[in-house]
Amino acid sequence: MLELLKQPWPWYVAGVLIGLTVPALLLIGNKSFGISSSLRHICAACIPANIKFFKYDWKKESWNLFFVGGVAIGGLIASFVLTNPNAIVIAESTKEALAANNVKDFEHLLPTDIFSWNSLLTLRGFIFMVVGGFMVGFGTRYAGGCTSGHSIMGLSNLQLPSLIATCCFMAGGFIMTWLILPFLLNL
Amino acid sequence: MSTENIKSIENDEFELKATCINNSEIKKPWTAHLVYAFMGMLFGIVFVKAEIVSWFRIQEMFRFESFHMYGVIGTAVVVGMISVFIIKKFKLKTLDGEEVVLTPKTYNKGVVIGGLIFGLGWAITGACPGPLFAQIGSGFMVIIVTFLSAVAGTWVYGYFQDKLPH
Repeated sequence: MLELLKQPWPWYVAGVLIGLTVPALLLIGNKSFGISSSLRHICAACIPANIKFFKYDWKKESWNLFFVGGVAIGGLIASFVLTNPNAIVIAESTKEALAANNVKDFEHLLPTDIFSWNSLLTLRGFIFMVVGGFMVGFGTRYAGGCTSGHSIMGLSNLQLPSLIATCCFMAGGFIMTWLILPFLLNL
Repeated sequence: MSTENIKSIENDEFELKATCINNSEIKKPWTAHLVYAFMGMLFGIVFVKAEIVSWFRIQEMFRFESFHMYGVIGTAVVVGMISVFIIKKFKLKTLDGEEVVLTPKTYNKGVVIGGLIFGLGWAITGACPGPLFAQIGSGFMVIIVTFLSAVAGTWVYGYFQDKLPH
């Protein structure tokens, strides 16, 4: 059993479990699934700076901070207890395309030649970690949600704005992957 | 009261609604939140074991070279839809006996502009906000920088909110 759990989990197992998070949170405590809000609560709790957007009762939403704290602990358990004994397997065509664009490490969940302390001070590392992170935080809040709040919770509740948001998330991703990333990877 | 005032009050209410995703009116001690930490933990394990937190899986998805991520998100949405449908249809109550409240999502231009910006960032970092936390837990400590940058992005949005098109 433990051996099985250590292998990468198939998409249908993950999809069902993630989908079940929606009713579980609703039925346990009337909470709507959403993760990017945690970033706003962190701002409201730590650096509100008298900005209207951060003046609300973040403590009422602190369940969300417990949830994301749990996600980090889950990551730790999955990586250090249920460790996958093998290197990650990705599509050969993706691997070739990335290798042709100067990606060298294919052993881990992330390419450590891009995401590391050493590369943080290079232009490429700065863009992938700092600029990318900023766009994720800014974009999700501007859009009113991320993949969880819009694409999973919003679509589950048949919300048209969430469908539009999801299409825009994907469009942005395609533009980056096909048009800009080949240039950024070679910086 | 001028229309402008009314509009700004409506906006405030909308803003609060957009955040307050805790629709429970019951006040509980903080220890009651531990159940959410536990759920987050299960969620984080799924995230890492299904490699959703992998930068490579996101690249595969945007390059149409693997079905994996489409399978995960598609299944999650279908399971979520059926669950919400059942909750509404049978008017299921929460464990505390409350009515389940679902806040509608509101549309404004930010959904498109912000959505595109997030999408661009998603393909660079290979992570949406959830996976950032799981990546840090997985030992990629440098992702703390990405996370702090995402917090900064959220803060900057809050600072300029009034000046941005909505």
